[in-house]
Amino acid sequence: MADADIIPIGTRGQPGRGTGKRPSAAARGLAPKTGTPRKAAAKKPAAPPKERTPVEEKPVLETPSLLDAPADVPADVPAVPAEVTATAPAARTDERGAGPLAGIPAGDWLAAFQHASRELFGDQWEPQLARFLAFLRRRVTGDYSVDEYGFDPEVTERFFMAALRPLAQKWFRIEVRGVENIPAEGGALVVSNHSGTVPVDGLMTMVSIHDHTGRFLRPLGADLVFRLPVVGSVARKGGATLACSEDAERMLRGGELVGVWPEGFKGIGKPFSERYKLQRFGRGGFVSAALRTGVPIVPLSVVGAEEIYPLVGNIPSLARLLGVPYIPITPLFPLLGPLGLVPLPSKWLLEFGEPIRTDEYDDGAAEDPMLVFNVTDQVRETIQQTLYSLLMQRESVFR
Amino acid sequence: MGAGRTVLVTGVSRDLGRTLARTLATDPGIDRVIGVDVVPPRGDLGDVTFVRADIRNPVIAKVIAKEDVDTVVHMSVIATPGSAGARGTMKELNVIGTMQLLAACQKAEGLRTLVVKSSTTAYGASSRDPAMFTEDMEPRRPARTGYAKDVVEVEQYVRGFARRRPDVTVTLLRCANVIGPRVVSPLASYFRLPVIPTILGFDPRLQFLHESDLNRVLRHAVREERGGTFNVAGDGLLMLSQALRRSGRTSVPVPAFAFGGLAPALKSVRRADLSPELVAFLTYGRGVDTTRMRTELGFEPHYTTASAFAEFADSLPPAARRTERVLGSLAERLPAVDDDRPAQLTLAGGTDG
Repeated sequence: MADADIIPIGTRGQPGRGTGKRPSAAARGLAPKTGTPRKAAAKKPAAPPKERTPVEEKPVLETPSLLDAPADVPADVPAVPAEVTATAPAARTDERGAGPLAGIPAGDWLAAFQHASRELFGDQWEPQLARFLAFLRRRVTGDYSVDEYGFDPEVTERFFMAALRPLAQKWFRIEVRGVENIPAEGGALVVSNHSGTVPVDGLMTMVSIHDHTGRFLRPLGADLVFRLPVVGSVARKGGATLACSEDAERMLRGGELVGVWPEGFKGIGKPFSERYKLQRFGRGGFVSAALRTGVPIVPLSVVGAEEIYPLVGNIPSLARLLGVPYIPITPLFPLLGPLGLVPLPSKWLLEFGEPIRTDEYDDGAAEDPMLVFNVTDQVRETIQQTLYSLLMQRESVFR
Repeated sequence: MGAGRTVLVTGVSRDLGRTLARTLATDPGIDRVIGVDVVPPRGDLGDVTFVRADIRNPVIAKVIAKEDVDTVVHMSVIATPGSAGARGTMKELNVIGTMQLLAACQKAEGLRTLVVKSSTTAYGASSRDPAMFTEDMEPRRPARTGYAKDVVEVEQYVRGFARRRPDVTVTLLRCANVIGPRVVSPLASYFRLPVIPTILGFDPRLQFLHESDLNRVLRHAVREERGGTFNVAGDGLLMLSQALRRSGRTSVPVPAFAFGGLAPALKSVRRADLSPELVAFLTYGRGVDTTRMRTELGFEPHYTTASAFAEFADSLPPAARRTERVLGSLAERLPAVDDDRPAQLTLAGGTDG
């Protein structure tokens, strides 16, 4: 029987495979001769006995070629392996013929689906999934509404905020102070410093304000934002609109919480060496908008955003070619490729200052340039001083 | 509202003008309605007297003088060269036609009211646009070609006329894109395409005015005689993606640079006419503020933007809506949800602060 143990192993002591004159067992298994029964088997997996017969007959012709070669094999022994090899290809053709999906019964699918739903939505998966499906249906049929700026609250809350929240909470570990300075209702203008090469600070401010007050911050963006494909439409869906006096006043009159970053590209595109030094605050357009609508100005100081992408260089010629304000070079960005786009995990502090009231001025106050400049300076100084004190309090950049 | 008003309507060969002329003729306050166009109308004009005249030549002055017209409704500013032939003809029809008509109006002593149907295309569409245009705003990028430029020029002439004839009530109605089951317009034919190309990465805001509301607002303007410029549009906005989902059409995002090449191809097979201003509109969208329409003009549209589009979408051949059916059949197997409580999706991140 020791011999019988050796025989089915196959290479008969010769090294490698296919060194013999005849094709190997595997090659014969793939030969087109057996193709016809395989196809028939594929069509009817629950094979009737009629189909079996040709499958069993064919290997009978081939089995000797596999088994007659070893001279020392006893004549009675091959009988058992012959049957084994005869049925083995048949079983194999059965498995191969059926597609990978056809073999799994519907019940298994359902069970897997239910299990996955339970994993995803918890024990209350049925109503949860029904709600999710209702949401999905609303999206697919377009049965939702956007406001006049194109703001889509549903998708903002469900997706944009949900996607940004881990970044805000786990990556930047944002600490928010002075949330009570944001009015619970009515129009207000949040004025913030701008930094970080990519306007991540705006997104983080949106998430933080929404999580702490439940209000949506409506950012005012540069026209470059709305000129860019994808970015522009996502910005509109997220509640942004163009930074122009018409839109700002319209939103403030409509009782929205509007966010502006008056430094603009000068702020986010400033070199790392000038971090936390406020740039010029535009032309004070945001102050006139607040004066005209009489809403409070809430100064916001953001510490931490400067360090996410330390801007050490710029390619002005390429920037001009592409029509963008700057092409950033950070210690990691072009060097590590896409990996350089991962922001550094600096620790962020957001402090909302005391609101500056604008409703006590006369009606024509917005037309008085000196007053507008003074209020602009007041807001700017408040933010700058808060930035300095926050920097003093901060233990280190990353902690 | 004095009895015996005589109204002259230009551009009656097209459906919107013809319908307006017919409905004006049934108005008890109006005695006579005269329809003017270069080509005879395609349908029944009812009680309207049709005068085949070209507003591009001074004959129109004789018609106005002879018939003692006191109200002129000008709606023969066309958006596409389609029927007129080439762009040159279209421009001539729009601009020179308006000039001639206004010149004739200036001479007409008995004229009391001029109603001009303009379009919100006058505001253009660009990335620098404010979200909602009010009547006082100018386009951020002045139009240099096509229909948009025609509209701007027509409006200039109308304003000039209003200055010269302060005794005439001039109502300029800037209507949003008119839509409805029977409307033939560049935008309507765009939405009737079997597969709708959209511009990759842009999702414009759209505003529609239902065809019956257009008819109503023009009649309202003739009846009420309130001078000024008014934006006219249905309430609310639709995003293009939303509109396509609602109509169940298949859309294919095409990069902006390739979209320009698509337009002539579609035009050559006569499926849609994607003029540059329509492409700009489909890129950046536009919204107009209709406060003045309500407060000063005193007009209230019956249809919102969404319901106007829904009615238009019903007239389209039914779409497959496979995803919707699959989701629907799945949802039927699950318990019903209360709509008040929004679904709590916890796929990514938590909702807790």
